[in-house]
Order: sequence, then C-alpha cells, then structure tokens
Amino acid sequence: MRLKEIKGRVNSPKQLEALRASVLAKRDPKRPCIALCVGTGCLAYGCVDILEAFKNEIVKQKLQNSVDIRATGCPGFCERGALLTIYPQGVFYQRVKIEDVAEIVTETIVKGRVVDRLLYADPNTGERYQKETDVPFYKRQQRILLEANSKIDPTSIEDYLAIGGYSALAKVLFQMKPEQVIDEVKKSGLRGRGGGGFPTGNKWQSTREAEGDIKYVICNCDEGDPGAFMDRSLMEGNPHSVLEGMIIGAFAIGSHEGYVYIRHEYPMAVDNVMTAIKQAESRGLLGNNILGSGFHFNVKVSRGGGAFVCGESTALMASLEGKVGEPRAKYVHTSEKGLYNRPSNLNNVETWANIPHIILKGADWFSSIGTKGSKGTKIFSLVGKVNNTGLIEVPMGMKLRDIVYGIGAGIREGKKFKAVQTGGPSGGFIPESQLDLPVDFDELTRVGSMMGSGAMIVTDENTCMVDMAKYFVGFLQEESCGKCLPCREGLKRMLQILTDITDGKGREEDIELLERIAATLKDSALCALGSTAANPVLTTISHFRDEYEAHIKDHRCPAGVCKPLIKYSIIDEKCPGCGKCVEPCPTKAIKFVAKKEPVILDQELCIKCGTCYDICNLKAVSIK
Amino acid sequence: MASKVEAIIKKYEADKGQLVSILQDIQTEHQYLPKEALDEVVTLLNVPASQVYSVATFFKAFSLTPRGRHLIKVCLGTACHVRGAAKVVDKMELDLGVKRTQTTPDLRYTLETVNCVGCCALGPMVMIDEKYHGQISSDKVSPLLAKYE
Amino acid sequence: MNKMLNLIIDGRKLQAEEGKTVLEVARDNGIDIPTLCYNEELEPYGACRLCLVEVSRNNRTRLVTSCLYPIEEGLVVKTSTEKVVANRKMLMELLLARCQGVKVIEDMARKMGVDKPSFKPEYFEKNECILCGLCTRACAEVVGTSAISLVNRGVNREVAAPFLDTANDCIGCGSCVYICPTKCIKMEETGDTRTIVNWKATFKMQKCQKCGKNFAPEKQLEYFRKKLNLPQGFFDVCPDCR
Repeated sequence: MRLKEIKGRVNSPKQLEALRASVLAKRDPKRPCIALCVGTGCLAYGCVDILEAFKNEIVKQKLQNSVDIRATGCPGFCERGALLTIYPQGVFYQRVKIEDVAEIVTETIVKGRVVDRLLYADPNTGERYQKETDVPFYKRQQRILLEANSKIDPTSIEDYLAIGGYSALAKVLFQMKPEQVIDEVKKSGLRGRGGGGFPTGNKWQSTREAEGDIKYVICNCDEGDPGAFMDRSLMEGNPHSVLEGMIIGAFAIGSHEGYVYIRHEYPMAVDNVMTAIKQAESRGLLGNNILGSGFHFNVKVSRGGGAFVCGESTALMASLEGKVGEPRAKYVHTSEKGLYNRPSNLNNVETWANIPHIILKGADWFSSIGTKGSKGTKIFSLVGKVNNTGLIEVPMGMKLRDIVYGIGAGIREGKKFKAVQTGGPSGGFIPESQLDLPVDFDELTRVGSMMGSGAMIVTDENTCMVDMAKYFVGFLQEESCGKCLPCREGLKRMLQILTDITDGKGREEDIELLERIAATLKDSALCALGSTAANPVLTTISHFRDEYEAHIKDHRCPAGVCKPLIKYSIIDEKCPGCGKCVEPCPTKAIKFVAKKEPVILDQELCIKCGTCYDICNLKAVSIK
Repeated sequence: MASKVEAIIKKYEADKGQLVSILQDIQTEHQYLPKEALDEVVTLLNVPASQVYSVATFFKAFSLTPRGRHLIKVCLGTACHVRGAAKVVDKMELDLGVKRTQTTPDLRYTLETVNCVGCCALGPMVMIDEKYHGQISSDKVSPLLAKYE
Repeated sequence: MNKMLNLIIDGRKLQAEEGKTVLEVARDNGIDIPTLCYNEELEPYGACRLCLVEVSRNNRTRLVTSCLYPIEEGLVVKTSTEKVVANRKMLMELLLARCQGVKVIEDMARKMGVDKPSFKPEYFEKNECILCGLCTRACAEVVGTSAISLVNRGVNREVAAPFLDTANDCIGCGSCVYICPTKCIKMEETGDTRTIVNWKATFKMQKCQKCGKNFAPEKQLEYFRKKLNLPQGFFDVCPDCR
C-alpha cells in the first residue's frame, strides 16, 4: 500500500507519524537488503569499491527492482572487515573481498545458499555462525546504541524514521515539561560517557538553574583518547540519534543554540552530521518551531584542529570562541559560566545518544541495567593484542575477564595476557590479578585507573610496560597546552627519565623521582590532562616494578621491545636460507650464504627496524 | 588569493568563533597556511594578528610551510603503538630520508604523525592523501611508498 | 557593597567581601602566599601554580590555586601544609631546571629550601622566560593592542610576535618590559629611537616641545590619543611640562 508522499516540514506529532507511516509503507521487510559497512575503518578494506561492485552486480543480474543495497555505518567488528549483513535472514559475512561479490549475489541472494568461507569462525573452536545475532562477538553484547548501525544508512533520515527516530522528541515536546525531562534523566542514573562520569541529570539541572537567558548545549565529539573510536562510530553511523538527544537536552535546559564539536581527524563524521542537520531542518525537526511546538533550537558544527586537550570542556569552549585550546580553572563550573561566559551544558556523544532511549523506554528500564553506581550500557573499543578487536557495547558491571576472553576471544597468536589499559592516557593498567573487576566507574577508579571514554587496550607478554609508560607520557607531552608549569615541565622531565630507563641509562633513584613528579602533577596541574598524567606511570610502577628494575639494574628489557637493550638474531635451526629477508633489510645487515644455510646477521649494521622479523614466515628471527 | 579567503570568511558569516574552521578551509585550499592568507584573515575577521598566529601554531592540523604532493600520516595512537607503529614511523623516516613533520627536498612527501584516526582495530594505520591503509608493518613501508609518485 | 563572608586562613578568623579570591584576602591581611604569574591589574591566570593552598568546606578538602578561588562562607584555608610545601618545592625544582642561572628564580627557590633540581644536570636549560604570561596579558588587557602572544604549545610554548617577525601592532609602551619578573624582555634607547629588542620593533620618540626630552614613542602616544579621544597635539608636550 502506498501512502501519500509527505514533502517538507512536519508540524505536529501526528504529521510526524504520518510521515513515518508513509516511509514504512514504501518498504517491504521481506525484500532482500545487503547492508554493507562503509565506516572509516572499512575504508581501509576497500569497502567503497566493494559497494560499487555490488551495485554493478545487482544491475548485471537484473535484480535492481527486487534487491536493496544499503551503505551503513560501523557495526563495530572492525577486525573482520569488510562486513555485511543480508536481511531479512540476518546472514553475516566477514572478511569480504571484491572477488566475493558475484558469488554472494548469486549464491545467497538468488539461490538462498550460504557461502561458508565468509561466515565468522570462532578462532579457538573453529565453529561457524550464520546469523549476525548468533556470532559470539555480537551475542554477548547488549547493543542498545550500536544495533542500529548495521541497519540504517546514516545519510538517510528516512532510515532513522523507519526505526522510530524522533518519536522521543515528539513525546518530550508535547507530553512533558522541561523539569520532568530532567527528573527522568536524573532517575535513570545516566553518568557522562566521555570520561568524567558526572551525573548527567544533575548537570542539566545546574545549567537550567544558572543565571542567564542565553544558554548553550554542546556535543563533545573530540574523542582524543588514542584507541577509542566509539564516538566516531556513533557520529558516522547514527548522527540523528545524537541530534535528537541534543534537542531534547536543549528543551530541558532552556537552550536554543548548540554546537557539535568534532575532531578534525573524523571527516566522515563531520560530513554525516552536517547532512543530518540539513535533513532534520528541512523536515522541521530542528531549527525554528520544531514540530510546530514553538520551541526553536539551532546547531552549528565546529571542527577541532588536532589537539587532544580540546576534549577538556573549557579548552573545547575556548576553541569554539576562536582561541587556542587552553583550559581554565573550573572552580566556577561551566554550567554557570562556560562558552562566552554563559551557562553551557557539555556532554559526550554517547551520553546524548542514550537520551532518546531513556525517554522512550523510561528511567526504570535504564536503571535496571548495570550496577548500583553505573547504570546502562557502555560502548568500549576493545583493541590491541586480542583476537576479536572492535567496538563492543556491554552492560555496566560485566567482568573484564568476560570482555577480554569471552567477547575478545583471548590473546592473539596464543601469547600470554599481561594487562588491559583503560581510560586512555588518563587511565591505568589492570593486571591479570584484577581481571575479575566489573566495568564500573567507581571500581575502575578505586584501583588507580578509570573508565575514561572507553578505550580498552589489551597488551601481552611482548609489551614492555616501561615503554608503555614512556609512550603515554610522550603522548601527553605532545598534547599538553603548555600553560601550567607542572604539566609542561613535569611531563618533560618524566619523559627524559623514562627514555633514559629504556635506553639503559636509568638511575636507582629514578623510580622515586618519577613518583614525586607524578604526585605534584596530580595535586597541582591545572586540568585533568595534567592531573591524570600520573596514572599510567604510577600503575605500571605499582604492578610491574620488576620490569623497571630489570631495565635499570640489569639493562634488560624482558618483553623484548626497547631497542638499545635488545638484540635481533637469526635462529639458525629455523632458518632455511631462503634469503627473503636479505633485500628488504635497509642497512644490508643480512648476508645470504647459500640455500639451506642460515643467513648471517651483522650486529654492527643492524638498526633493529623489525623488517626481517615481520617478513619471515618461519619465525626464524628472535628478539631478546 | 584574496577572493578565496573572502569567500571562506563569508561562508562562516565572519564569526570569530569559527577561526579554526576558517583556517582549515584555507589550508584545504592551499595545502598549507600562506602568510598572505592569514594577513587577509586578520583584516577581514578583525582579530589580532597575534591571535591568528597563536591559533595557527597551537593546533597540529595546521602547517605554515608548504607541504609535499603526498601527505603521509602515521597513526601513533595507543592501539597502533602496541602493534608496532613506532617501527613503521622509523622505517618511513629511513626510507624518505626526513624526520617526522618534515617534507622531502623534492616536495614529493610530507611525513606527519597523528594521534589516532579512529581505526584502532586495524592498526598500525597509515593514511596517504586521505586514503586509509591498515595493518602496516616495517616490511610493507617501501612497497606502499612506491605507489605514490 | 557585596555580602561579607566569614573564613579562616591559617587559623585566623577573617571577614571579607563576597567575590574576592583567597589570595586577595590573604594579601589584604598580610598573609604571604608565593606567586609568579599574578599581578593585581590583570585577570588571574593560574599558570605557575605556586599560590596553591589547601581549602576545606563541607568535609571536602582539596588543593586549589588561591589566585582564582572565590571565597565561600565557612571556608578553611591552610597555606603551608606538608602537601602544599612539597608541591611548591617540586615546582621550584622544575623551574630551576628550566631557567638555570636566572637569579630571581634561584633566590625564590633558596627561600623555599630548594637548592638544586633532582634531575640529571645534562638536561638543565638556560631559558630566561618562565612563561608566566604577564607580558602578553598586560598587552592584551591593559594596553589593548595584543601585539604579542603565547605561540606553539606544550614544551615548545614561547612568547613571540606574529610570524616571529616584527610585532606590527606593538606601540613601544614598554609594559611588557616592566612587568616581566625575570627582566628577559629588553628595551634599548638611543637618541630619539626606542627598540623593544625581542619583538624587533623600533620607534621614533616624541620630543617634548617645551623641555626637549624624548619621552615616549610617537606610535604609543598616537594610539592613546585616538583611544581616549584627545585633541590633536595633546601629546606635543611631556607630562612633566604639562
């Protein structure tokens, strides 16, 4: 049945529902649809060419009137790109290459048969799974926010409407008062997802109560924590959900002007959000007189310039004012004096994305998920040395062990787990002995780490913890704004000391000196970048002191990472003399002897670049 | 030059708060931030030269010197670091004969590092001319560079 | 007149106007708190962190910079707890390592009982600038020309003129020279010319038509004449002769 096409603005909830009905009426749920991920991660797998290939193949097989192709956002299983799901069956294919396209169309679309080799196989048991919902990586998650990513085209507002989008907004504008909205969010127990974990409802209330007629609502999509890409995924894959959350928040707070601040390194997120804004405006869901309610709210998109510190709220606001991203003291909160010294409510992307769900399903529903202090789900980016890397959304309270071994399927290449790093450069390392900790704001802080934005980096026996501490301090030094003395000078000295240690020039007193500088940073730094900079150093000293001592006393790097302390050598018994490593060696340090004779590595010429180690299939190069 | 800067400032309604976005558009246009363009911004946007210079030097995204034909960005985010990104950058420096943030004398490549492009599951990541390349290791560097003239 | 609030600093019960900072109240009452980036005429900045104090209220204790912390009713302030002193000492060590040979810093450190930094001597630097920002803030807030600013970020941060060239907006008033705590901004005057050396800015001085003294740069006088809407020729005569 075809309903009348509704063009232009919808000016009431009734008209919104009529639009939604007309969109759904045009769709046949039984019609096959190939939903291919074109998120930034899959770009590296050539998904753009694969999409073209599908379009061509569909036309070639004369299926264009019976099969849909949808370019979706990132569903999160980045380890296995390129990814696609075929609806309505829900068949999930991974590691798809352009050569597989014709076969997928012929076998699965036309003949209804599954292509076995493209199904996900458990790396430990070998068992294969057909349906997306059965794949253990997805099944063990609770994908309230991410589920839509594999179903909708983020550049289509119709797709968002088809899954119920903007009905939360209609409910808020026509059935609730601002104070009721704030009460609901407070009751839900939602805490900020960007790292601060501050109760969202309380922040909204403070901003609402602050003095001033002009108030701002800001979305922080700066996502600077390296290893974190949750916000990228949400913003690229479902920008309307974030916008809807912001409009609801603006209504509750009494704000009519908002900003979406996106990091410069996420061009697709910028494009998709700008498209979403234009579409929402043209439909009367954003801008003046939203849905005919009389409420108006406008949003501008602003880009970052490559500065991690701009993820800090006051630095972000300075950047929005056209100034350098220097933080300022927060003794007076930004909810009172923020952007242009006016009351401003800043929330993270994931926080905003939770709002429509809380409004539609209720605070009680939300607070039934998670732990006493941490409600709802959290999206984590599980990366590093695990088998299954990607984005996962789990209820708060799930044990780290279940995440690393259950969803992550354990450590790759059969190596031994060493630690999982949470909270980005502000967080700490959690060793094996603490793996039964639940993911919970307060629990993670209790052990010296923190939840942070959600990056979870898994390390193994070949990760040097001193090198990791050096890495984080180096990162923070590069990102420090330089305003305050302890951060600028303290990080500089910590990096010099850590570099000396990894170069084999460490002194006995260096560990204590690092702890003293770290304590000063914690107490006296101006912003959270500086004050949490100590965490990676302190947690590695606390849990892996033996590694520090090996570097300082024995001039040894147990994990085999720190170049001045390791040696590359050929394992004669394993080397067949194929000579594959000879030509790529940049300093010609490897000499070919003869076939079946091991090659000879000249230590004087070796610069430990790792090329031979990477290229040898027989693992005949050892690093000690 | 003048008309392009004028058009960009007009696009952002001469909003001083959008200075970073304005500079980014100028950089997209010229591959870097020419001094003449920045002088235009000072005049048309009515902000002090010192502020424009501070902003241009604070944010890593900006370059005040011309860049090579091919912009290489090696990701040094944590996930990429754990998988060996440091070795990738070292190999790049070796092959190109320049250090990070520098441009080769023949203006063919500029080598930069970035702190996370959000493809953490595919690391180590290298972007060349906005094209993403995943799972790069030391041995893949030379063949990758050879693809770009 | 603002409300009067009650607070205690180092055991002394004090009363002060709402809106004042802890540092202001301390100084009003002769209580010494060290500072480097603070100046009464400028907005507090919070960069040097030396003015850290411990504040307690409602069972919550934390370390804050007194130059920026607004006083509250019932606030208890302690300016020299063990923690505060330990922090100040490390801050001075960091400064000494950055500014080896700068007398002002060495004197201040010695007063706090800090002789030399605990870091390896080969890493000491000989910077004269402590990046307190007083010069750039004075130029922006008091003078209003914003001729110089803090450029680059992190360990590369420095005070500079745009493009590291001549500061075209500089009017040669010398405020930056006077306010700098380590006197690292140099001014030279020869005959009828003044040069602010660091910003490569040279100015022709105005000669007083009465006493003949070269008393201020022409550019500076013209800037203020326009800003304050004074008649032409107002500054033809120096302030002494006027």
